[in-house]
Amino acid sequence: MAVETLTAPPATGRSASAHGSRKPRSREALTAWLFILPSLIGFLVFTAGPVLAAGVISLLDWNLFSPPTWAGLRNFARLGPDPTFWSALGNTAYFTFLSVPLTLLVSLVLALLLNQGLRRVAVFRSLLLLPYATITVAVAFVWIWLYIPHDGLVNAVLGLIGIDGPAWLISDFWAMPALIAMSVWKSFGFGMVVFLAGLQAIPQQLYEAARVDGSSAWQRFRNVTLPMLSPAMFFVVVTSIIGSFQVFDQALIMTNGGPGSRTTTLVMYIYRTGFENYDQGYAAAQSLVLFGFIVVITAAQFLLQRRLVHYDN
Amino acid sequence: MTTETLTLPWRSTTTDGSTAVRKLLVFGCFLVTALTLIPVVMMVLVAFQSDAESMAARPSFWPSSWHPENLQRAFELVPLGRYLLNTVIFAAGTTLLETITAALAAYAFARLTFPGRSWLFGIYLATLMIPSQVTLIPQFVLVAKLQGIDTWPGMILPHAFTAIGVFLLRQFFLGIPKDYEEAARLDGANRWQAFLRVIVPLAIPAIATLAVFKFIGQWNNLLWPLVISNSDATRTAAVGLQVFQDTNGTQWNLLLMAATITTVPLIVLFFLTQRWFVRGITMSGLGGR
Repeated sequence: MAVETLTAPPATGRSASAHGSRKPRSREALTAWLFILPSLIGFLVFTAGPVLAAGVISLLDWNLFSPPTWAGLRNFARLGPDPTFWSALGNTAYFTFLSVPLTLLVSLVLALLLNQGLRRVAVFRSLLLLPYATITVAVAFVWIWLYIPHDGLVNAVLGLIGIDGPAWLISDFWAMPALIAMSVWKSFGFGMVVFLAGLQAIPQQLYEAARVDGSSAWQRFRNVTLPMLSPAMFFVVVTSIIGSFQVFDQALIMTNGGPGSRTTTLVMYIYRTGFENYDQGYAAAQSLVLFGFIVVITAAQFLLQRRLVHYDN
Repeated sequence: MTTETLTLPWRSTTTDGSTAVRKLLVFGCFLVTALTLIPVVMMVLVAFQSDAESMAARPSFWPSSWHPENLQRAFELVPLGRYLLNTVIFAAGTTLLETITAALAAYAFARLTFPGRSWLFGIYLATLMIPSQVTLIPQFVLVAKLQGIDTWPGMILPHAFTAIGVFLLRQFFLGIPKDYEEAARLDGANRWQAFLRVIVPLAIPAIATLAVFKFIGQWNNLLWPLVISNSDATRTAAVGLQVFQDTNGTQWNLLLMAATITTVPLIVLFFLTQRWFVRGITMSGLGGR
């Protein structure tokens, strides 16, 4: 189980070679390093190095063009009184707390629907995966078109049932829900496939045993499907939360952070600070705070999983 | 664990499979699918509308006249062909490098013993949670210092080595029985030969899954090309669509035609490789086994 092995120590193949003589072992070590080297060099230069560098840059005043000056913790202190940062954080949290449960619910309901032994299910599955396979920037433009005030398709449909739809993307209240609807549409396919794979792997004997005991469909769902599906659910929740904390593409294209800063997300604010205001130190400080939030939230989920996620070994 | 579960005959999980319920379910599937497809269908339909129709105050659903010449006009208005080629180079370059280096490293982590293996793998794992925005600025600075802005190495290399690929492939390699490889070793194969002739062929579905995930991700990538490419020589389609909007306001038919053109190759690739994709998810053990 991918999620579980993330925390488990790597399985060692030590027993096989532990009894060998010293020489073959050091040769094996040399071989191992040769295999790892290409990946390791790239990893050190382009991932590990930059992570450390982000820590250093966050302590500097730097506009990329003139030499940096030492700022100490000033960039972090700036976060406190910066209303845009707090609204970006609030917007990101709002986006996450609505889009993640919605995506989860839609993915699960569709996976359950597709798992009912219907014919042609492969066709439905493929078509339902289509949004996931489109490119975010391109479909963001389509959604702008759907959301056109007054006569856009969304409001035209609402008009048919007598609702006067809002000017979605320029409305203080509705811009974020509109972004969330588009994001759920874009991403439910991934969760759906993961849940389908999970549902397929549930042993049928469990359902049969439950039936013999005379349990209802709801009881079977509650006592068999949900616990057996919990590892897949945990995976989808963790990856969706990490993903939604990093939402950027659709917000940039559809609202550009507006109206005002109502849909400015953390990543968009980092991008603006670094590459429009050329305030690299401050942008790095913001990105480290974002990282901190992701670590805290992910750690909290791993703690929760001990109580909620059922593994069968 | 069965790897072909999704292509096996579909098993019902309920006994109450009366025809009425069944018809309702099929209707439900149909309705949800139709609703889901509306944005994609609209993208294609508007792409074929006339300029006036697509920009009218009251947008229309079905084109009143079809304009296939919009396809050509989209390519003429911006260097869309160039952008697509750039996207292919960027996505294929990162995918190829990542797949090869990740497979090699994953093999060593899964099968070879060496001092420091656990802690090095631990460091790889630890970076999985780091959002790419943290490394964005230092990577940009590094590439700028190396004169790599607007060059292919500058675009590709920073995104060609990630821990996730190593982690994913290591999971698969661990699942391959050791006996296979030991048989080859007894026949005199060295580690390199065992890797190439035993492990790689058995792990093709896993490697393909990684490659497809990576390719789709990079085809979609907006942020990195946005900061690192500043001319048509390296600009990708995702970035190019924005330029399209900037220079043409909202000429919806051509914009959505360009969006269609950018999306279609990805959809085709996705459907050609969907079986691996689905199988890869099943094989990674998320199925609960």
